[in-house]
Amino acid sequence: MEKTEDKNQQQEEEQVVNPWEVSAKDGGKIDYDKLIDKFGCQRLDQSFVDRVQRLTSRPPHVFLRRGVFFAHRDFNDILDAYERGDKFYLYTGRGPSSEALHLGHLIPFMFTKYLQDAFKVPLVIQLTDDEKCMWKNLSVEESQRLARENAKDIIACGFDISKTFIFSDFDYVGGAFYKNMVKVAKCVTYNKVVGIFGFTGEDHIGKVSFPPVQAVPSFPSSFPHLFSGKDDLRCLIPCAIDQDPYFRMTRDVAPRIGYHKPALIESLFFPALQGENGKMSASDPNSAIYVTDSAKDIKYKVNKHAFTGGQDSIEKHRQYGANLEVDIPIKYLNFFLEDDAELEHIKKEYGAGRMLTGEVKKRLAEVLTELVERHRRARAAVTEEMVDAFMAVRPLPNMFD
Amino acid sequence: MGYSKDQLLACLKELQIDFSQYEHPVVLTVEAQAKYVGNLGGALSKNLFLKDKKHRYYVVSALADTKVDLKVLSQRLGLGKGGLRMAPEEALGEILQVPLGCVTPFAVVNESARHVSLLLDQGFKNQECCFFHPLANDMSISLNAHGLDKFLKSIGRNPSYIDLEANPPVGKDQPPDLAAYVPSDSPVLPDLPEKAPSSQDSTGDSVGAATKTAAFTAKAVKPSGNAKNVKEKSADSARPSIPAADAGKFVEELLDRASALLLSEISEDSIKQHGGQLGAEVANNVKKCLREDLKNLATIFKNTAYTEGFYAGTRCQPKRL
Repeated sequence: MEKTEDKNQQQEEEQVVNPWEVSAKDGGKIDYDKLIDKFGCQRLDQSFVDRVQRLTSRPPHVFLRRGVFFAHRDFNDILDAYERGDKFYLYTGRGPSSEALHLGHLIPFMFTKYLQDAFKVPLVIQLTDDEKCMWKNLSVEESQRLARENAKDIIACGFDISKTFIFSDFDYVGGAFYKNMVKVAKCVTYNKVVGIFGFTGEDHIGKVSFPPVQAVPSFPSSFPHLFSGKDDLRCLIPCAIDQDPYFRMTRDVAPRIGYHKPALIESLFFPALQGENGKMSASDPNSAIYVTDSAKDIKYKVNKHAFTGGQDSIEKHRQYGANLEVDIPIKYLNFFLEDDAELEHIKKEYGAGRMLTGEVKKRLAEVLTELVERHRRARAAVTEEMVDAFMAVRPLPNMFD
Repeated sequence: MGYSKDQLLACLKELQIDFSQYEHPVVLTVEAQAKYVGNLGGALSKNLFLKDKKHRYYVVSALADTKVDLKVLSQRLGLGKGGLRMAPEEALGEILQVPLGCVTPFAVVNESARHVSLLLDQGFKNQECCFFHPLANDMSISLNAHGLDKFLKSIGRNPSYIDLEANPPVGKDQPPDLAAYVPSDSPVLPDLPEKAPSSQDSTGDSVGAATKTAAFTAKAVKPSGNAKNVKEKSADSARPSIPAADAGKFVEELLDRASALLLSEISEDSIKQHGGQLGAEVANNVKKCLREDLKNLATIFKNTAYTEGFYAGTRCQPKRL
């Protein structure tokens, strides 16, 4: 059951979570339980993680084990259908607002790659260059250029070209895709869209008519070159939880136009280096680790800018231990350190005060450097021709193999 | 293709680097060059284009009077006693894209010279200005070390100067002091210009599968403008830096990683610990550590091969009926 959305006004005591703004109450932490409650999605509990492991015959991804992807809508339906032999396709995307990608941006893509490999299903990736052109007031050319540049970093995450279609809105909107956009648009009143997204009378009509663009990739008929004749195919959308409003709207409309509701699997927000209360911002390079950072940069940022839960002095630290609740290195390791046993050990020792902050930071810097270097090497292998191939409107005959 | 003399000069002017230029008949040696610009106050440079046994290239740029002993240099780089030789003539054109007698630090501006290591004589820093060929040997330009640095930084290189005459001992307890200047050659993927130190003497905290790469600088991958020009030209010949899907190189990369990991797994300690079971233990670890890494490499290989096919397909002539 979908909860209807209240008017998304800025109420002082409430946290704000929508596609364009994420801020916690009183500069505190995001309350995810409240969010799940308010949005009306479900928690992803351990039984799901076990089931995924059974169905895919491989260890579940670190993001699933650690609760990074923690909420869902209808993921159980996807798994039920999969068990019966009915496959699905994946849909995720990026709003190309800047050239510099940081680790937080990569998270949905890393997880989606795992899903593609584990379930052996195809994937469509939407680059919403039109959205950024409208919201960030970029020129059409610039937003298209950024879309291509971002596509390279996305490809570097390791997607299989024989199962992946990347498209930019400016290139692809039209034909069957546009027909679905109109069908969706007809089902959403102006009042409704204002209620969901908080548009005002001052917002231009481009913004108001954008939501269907992000909605229709959930419907297989939007991609006749891929899924023709497969109108029954389900869609799973891995995304960060702030995208939920778009898909709430989509799920509301889907049955009315004869399509399956897309399923969602949603992630936490990636914290800024300076702490949960800090904001990751493109203008502050020290608030995040970028995929272009060198090992030296990473070491510097982790050492100088990561907010820690360690005590002020070694004596105090040995006595009281670290505050794991607010410690950023621990949180980052939670995302990126594969070895469960090692992470547990670090948490235990650090929380008891036997391990010092410096050691934790050192380990984090190693893990991040390895990640970033691996990404950069993969990125270096991405040519313009490869981007063209990924973005070509072509059939994918082996997409379920 | 390669940068021209005029393009380079324009570049220097744009960067507001102070330099003076002198035209003269083509010269192939320092002595010949000296006849024309020898008494103009600047120091002459001698430039060597060298190659090691693993096909890695180096430009050594020094004051004309600095003694450069290739045997010593080779040891300091960690290449053993006879590891360095003069690079063959063809390499000059192919990699540095300059004519014979024209080796110059400026040649590293070319894409093809991206993984050529540049060694600069610290003696340059004490000179008011020094002479170099600006990618052509019918001209010499003089500028000071600061100017050269500014230019090198602008193309993403980190200029570092070394004492070329030094002869430190190299042995078990004294690692080669210039080891960082050896280009890290990754056969599958191109290298970015690197900052010293490399991870060649990395300590035991290697994470997961051992990699051979050095620490990269924060330079973003080359701008898309570069590759756009390439689209008009024929497929591979104009893209020397991004290799096509090469099965041989791919396999070498896989084997390198596997053997590096194997070597790190088999030690006196691990033999003591596992004895006869060491084989099974190592096999398991190798699988565990390398699985994801190798899958990623394989995906890159697959994507590259697919792209080549796709590109060819879009230019395929329809069958003649």
